[in-house]
Amino acid sequence: MLKQMFRVVISVLFVVLMAGSAVAAPPIKIGALFAVSGPASFLGEPERNTAKMMVDEINKAGGIKGRQLELIVIDTQGDATKAVQGVNKLIKDDKVAAIIGPSTTGDTMAVIPVVEKAEIPMVSCAAGVKITDPTKKWVFKTAQNDALAVPKIFDHMKKQKINKIAILTVSDGFGSSGREQLVLHAKQFGIQIISDETYGPKDTDMTAQLTKIRGSEAQAIVCWGTNPGPAVVARNVKQLGITLPLYMSHGVSSKKFIELADDGAEGIILPSGRVVVADQLSKSDPQKKALLNYVENYKKHYNVEGDHFGGHAYDAIMLIKGAIERGGDSPAAIRDQLEKTVKYAGIGGTFSYSAQDHAGLTSDAFVLVQIKNKGWTLLK
Amino acid sequence: MTKEKREILIFLIFTLAVLITPLFLRGSYYLNVLVFIGINTMLAIALNLLLGYAGQISLGHAAFFGLGAYISGILTTRFSFDPWLAMIISALMSGGLAFIIGFPILKLKGHYLAMATLGFGIIMFIIFNETVALTGGPSGLSGIPNIHINSLVFDNDLNNYYLIWVITLMVMLLSINLSQSRIGRALRAIHDSEVAARVMGVNARVLKVQIFAVSALISAVAGSLYAHTMTFISPASFGFNFSIELVTMVIIGGLGSIYGSFLGAAILTVLPEFLRVLQDFDIVVYGLMLILMTMFMPGGLISGLRLIGEAIGSRIKRKSVSNA
Repeated sequence: MLKQMFRVVISVLFVVLMAGSAVAAPPIKIGALFAVSGPASFLGEPERNTAKMMVDEINKAGGIKGRQLELIVIDTQGDATKAVQGVNKLIKDDKVAAIIGPSTTGDTMAVIPVVEKAEIPMVSCAAGVKITDPTKKWVFKTAQNDALAVPKIFDHMKKQKINKIAILTVSDGFGSSGREQLVLHAKQFGIQIISDETYGPKDTDMTAQLTKIRGSEAQAIVCWGTNPGPAVVARNVKQLGITLPLYMSHGVSSKKFIELADDGAEGIILPSGRVVVADQLSKSDPQKKALLNYVENYKKHYNVEGDHFGGHAYDAIMLIKGAIERGGDSPAAIRDQLEKTVKYAGIGGTFSYSAQDHAGLTSDAFVLVQIKNKGWTLLK
Repeated sequence: MTKEKREILIFLIFTLAVLITPLFLRGSYYLNVLVFIGINTMLAIALNLLLGYAGQISLGHAAFFGLGAYISGILTTRFSFDPWLAMIISALMSGGLAFIIGFPILKLKGHYLAMATLGFGIIMFIIFNETVALTGGPSGLSGIPNIHINSLVFDNDLNNYYLIWVITLMVMLLSINLSQSRIGRALRAIHDSEVAARVMGVNARVLKVQIFAVSALISAVAGSLYAHTMTFISPASFGFNFSIELVTMVIIGGLGSIYGSFLGAAILTVLPEFLRVLQDFDIVVYGLMLILMTMFMPGGLISGLRLIGEAIGSRIKRKSVSNA
């Protein structure tokens, strides 16, 4: 009797185990490098949250072609040394099939030699132009180039007959890249930069620079930076009673900025991804569905609205998902399929990669928005 | 066994261990971690010569590391120098700079010296960050060539491991020699009492500046090696935080101990892997380690190891005595 029961138990166990192993094909490993802590955590945190949320969701829906995804997140702290150590771990220890991130241009440039050599596809979430120019075989990116944001602003200025401007940029990677693009495009648009000021990423008062600008003939101010600097600028502008129109970059297109800048935020114009004005888009907009889905989903999981930055990670995951669905799950197959991505309508814009273009977006990826009543209004 | 013979034996055992370690780690990512441990060991030893032997604090040592990396990086990328030549130039320039600023700075003592070196570190960080045309600014300098000897290119973990560790071992040997020499004794004398040292005829002022320059020179070599193995550098790696990390390495490992510096460097390089779950709070763990270390083990981990070793040794002796 006992023997018989034992036999039954064993055979049941055996069947269960077999079934288990049949379902659980090994997961596809995706590595993620985000600056979750440190000065760039405003990028890394929403990116990590978004990536986790997306992977959970894909897995709940049955994975990709029946295989689950496994996300391995490493915090780079915005430090190139840690990013390189992290990417080596992901590639050699975890043996990931693809990598998303890093969050910052510096970290991305640091890990590019490693992924190129190991031949692992990487979809960066950083904005720097030099990440994909010149094109690198294994490196793609989802964040919009600064080169696309600047013409949007200058177009608007031209319509307002603004010809002389003052620029105020932050002295970090984002600001110096923005400054380069501002100077470059100003010439093409026939706009004169009268005053060219900078501030440090941790500065808490910009009245000195702004007083100087107030004394110049500038007709508008462009501030290029990421939180919290621009919020200080916005408040200082208000305090000094400067009435010049204030333009900012896509680096501040999150609710956090409006909170920080308070009254100073009112009336500021900036280029942004469509995510902040998802509900104001026309129904024919190809991105609308993905955008609304993302914003709601993020709010449900994390109790804050999904922003522009988390969107970069959303796009990176979805692009890799698409690539695996179309081709295999080996690094080479993922890379080849990524390059063949056509008109994927995501959060940052509508992506079409090609052998020459690993950035994938056009100036259409940005819309101009204005801050009104502590909210975003789409400028048409 | 005389003290000298024992010192040589320990160094030979350590060298052997370093040389055969890669055989067990083929293709693993730990080889990459060991490359960084090597670089950090060099830096910790450099700082230890100053802090542990001469008793002079520097809270800006990351600046010399960065200076070495940037001079080397700029010379090779913008002026196509050979990496070896660039390394020598960067070491000499950093050492020279330390020699020049050493005279006014090292007149200061205690908190004032800490403040001055801290200020120097911050000034250098701002220079790396702001001279965009030269250093590439905050988004970094990329495309730095790998070091090569004829056709042997140091572009993978295994080659880099041997490159870094051979130089690290050379630095260790140099430092051990230095610490056992007349200069080493003079430095320790300055550490204990500068006045007494001067009364005994030690030229404390010049000696302090010299050791500061040697320390900067070694840091710059480490920086240059870092630049050529990473092939990318950005200012964030050479900030104030890293200076503090270096001081922590030296103190946790053991002030005035060369192997202690290796121990401290190894722990602080590997620890972040385990502290990742704590995110920004990892700094609390470092602080706690520093406090506990200075309270209960002022000689650092290496002295702790020595104590354990002695305890075991005496127990074995006792046993053998009782058996007999």
